[in-house]
Amino acid sequence: MYGRKVKLRFLFVALILISLILTVFLVLKSLEENVVYFQSPSEIKALSELDKKKIRVGGMVKKNSISVKASEVKFIITDLKNEINVTYTGALPNLFAEEKGVVAEGFLKDRNFFSATKILAKHDENYMPPEVKEALGEK
Amino acid sequence: MLFSVIGNYSLLLGLFFGLVLVYFSAKNFRNPKLLDTKILSFTFLQFFLVVISFLCLVLSFVVSDFSNETVFNNSHTTKPFFYKIAGTWGNHEGSLLLWLLVLTLFILIFLVRTKNQPIKYRILTLVFQQIIIIGFFIFLIKTSNPFNYIHPIPTEGLGLNPILQDPALAIHPPILYLGYVGSSIIFSSVLAATTLNIVSKKWASHIKKWALSSWIFLTLGILLGSIWAYYELGWGGFWFWDPVENVSLMPWLALTTLLHCILVLEKKLILTSWVIILSISTFTLSMSGTFLVRSGILNSVHTFANDPERGLFILIFLFSLIFLSLFIFFFFHKTSKNNLSSFFWLSKETAIIINNWFMMYFLSVVLIGTIYPIFLDVLSSQKISVGPPFYHKLIIPFLIPFLLIMAIGPKLKWIKSNLEDKIYLILLLIISILLSILIVKNFTSNYLINSILVLSALYLFFITLRDFFNKGFKNLAQNIAHFGFSLLILSILFNSLFSSEIITNLKVGETFENIKAKIVFESISQKEEKNYKSIVGNFIVQDSKGKIENLSPELRIYNQPNIATSEADIKTTLLSDKFMVINIVQNQEFFNVRYQVKPFMLWIWISVILISFGGLVSFVKKEYEK
Repeated sequence: MYGRKVKLRFLFVALILISLILTVFLVLKSLEENVVYFQSPSEIKALSELDKKKIRVGGMVKKNSISVKASEVKFIITDLKNEINVTYTGALPNLFAEEKGVVAEGFLKDRNFFSATKILAKHDENYMPPEVKEALGEK
Repeated sequence: MLFSVIGNYSLLLGLFFGLVLVYFSAKNFRNPKLLDTKILSFTFLQFFLVVISFLCLVLSFVVSDFSNETVFNNSHTTKPFFYKIAGTWGNHEGSLLLWLLVLTLFILIFLVRTKNQPIKYRILTLVFQQIIIIGFFIFLIKTSNPFNYIHPIPTEGLGLNPILQDPALAIHPPILYLGYVGSSIIFSSVLAATTLNIVSKKWASHIKKWALSSWIFLTLGILLGSIWAYYELGWGGFWFWDPVENVSLMPWLALTTLLHCILVLEKKLILTSWVIILSISTFTLSMSGTFLVRSGILNSVHTFANDPERGLFILIFLFSLIFLSLFIFFFFHKTSKNNLSSFFWLSKETAIIINNWFMMYFLSVVLIGTIYPIFLDVLSSQKISVGPPFYHKLIIPFLIPFLLIMAIGPKLKWIKSNLEDKIYLILLLIISILLSILIVKNFTSNYLINSILVLSALYLFFITLRDFFNKGFKNLAQNIAHFGFSLLILSILFNSLFSSEIITNLKVGETFENIKAKIVFESISQKEEKNYKSIVGNFIVQDSKGKIENLSPELRIYNQPNIATSEADIKTTLLSDKFMVINIVQNQEFFNVRYQVKPFMLWIWISVILISFGGLVSFVKKEYEK
């Protein structure tokens, strides 16, 4: 009986180890693929080459920059140093307004044009995403 | 003014009684006669004091006492009465007071309901629970006292975030907290039982009830939050893999695993260490949930502005609790001479262990996805976010074997077994395969994985369905819960496969048309309420079959604080929801219109209710047998 017990234990530990390694591998691999990086307009200007991956751009919506057509919304995100033009088709959150913080998720067309697939909602009028606060500096 | 004073002193007294209780229990540990007289009355007194303190805060809110900082920050005279009360726990300070209230309530119930348990065990559980309670008292009084004064007294409050002024969200925190805090009793009790080395079958069946009740509340709490997100946030989804949602899912996963393990422990007295670890992690996850949501560390779409300094206290408190429990686990826990020799591969416990593995896998995926961005930010100050694709990719493929084992597992017997009525199992499998192919055939994307997923969910669905007729009341609770789960997965799948959406910007009087639907923006009308103005858009939607529906989503502009919220108009039928929200764009004539058809939405809610109902049946059944 003892031999069987030891064998069982060994198998158990081996199984746990294998599954652990598998989990870590899978998680890391898909993290690498699915993580979305956050960048400010200034950081985008400074990019040496354009990333094809999905990114988030955050900052403030520039005053008088929102224009709406039936199919799309255009506006400018600024971090007070640099700005970027955003075109967007989709639903807008309640707190989307000029001179308020905004985070747009999507793809870069070039250093000045960003095509957004999602505009993120915030629940709190005073709330600024930490990234935006940082991008805007101490304001 | 008066209420704040009373509330504040009740809190201080409550803390004092906590210390007295710990001292008293330690002193009388060997002379346990006093338990049911003095200790019980002290515990009751402590609970009573917290109740008074809580009522004082509620009353301060009701009478709009703006000398109280919490009331000033979160209330307003024009706020409806109901939300004045609900506003009590709609903020950081109040919700922590609610935590404390439930903590003290539960230990009282525990002491009253466990008269037939060993006295030392009860006292020790009380001591561990009091350590948590004292920690919360100090946290509340030192860093987030709900009874701080403001001078001079403001004449008007800042108002409650309008998005929280909603019936579902008014009862969501209390229900969720009942679940979270329920796990504290499991935590204290496990530590006590480990210290005294009385982890036994009897103990398992007693703690199972606590695990069940806390699980039921947690499930319902998550459901309420999800329903709220669905109609209030205007995205038309019910789960966004947002960090704040994830932190409620993690304790749920741990607790669900724990429930299954306790079953094994109750029957076979194996997996004791595993049960102890799970109990500790369930409570730790609940507490870190509170910590992460309240500290402002998480970058979440749900984040409400809050104070990061508080986080440090909870973090230190959390780590000392973890340290304490690990210490107890390693020094007191004696592994019983377990009977591994009678361990066979084809048995119920193996099935449960395998399912445990999957649950732990899901848990670690959610955990890593939630905290990895925080770590990366601290280590390299890179800002990232982990979105739904990450979770979907890692979780969906593993749901398939998970569902299959869920279907087969309960068919197995304890210790050693052979599969019974194989013909039925195979027959149902074939039916599921055919059906799933039929259903998914029309879809080109991800054909393979979707049809296999539908297949395994259907399989579980049929097997549990058959068991209702076949087995009647045997294993009814488990069967209901598993049936609910299969229904949940099926509804979510169909919902994501068959949903359709139109997003467009329209002016009043304009019409949008494509192959799926025709949307006519008829008119707008305005309403004025006590604390908000609202714009109602009147739409006529005609779908491809020519069916006409009137939808009138609303846009509310609250005056204090000055925030707009969208109230979706949802037409629910058995088979699908029609969902519409509008939003106004600043300085423009256009309205941003989002129209969605979401099939089986209702069934997602129903299935979650079924799952928790399964828990309830199990809870009642145990009671009845005793």
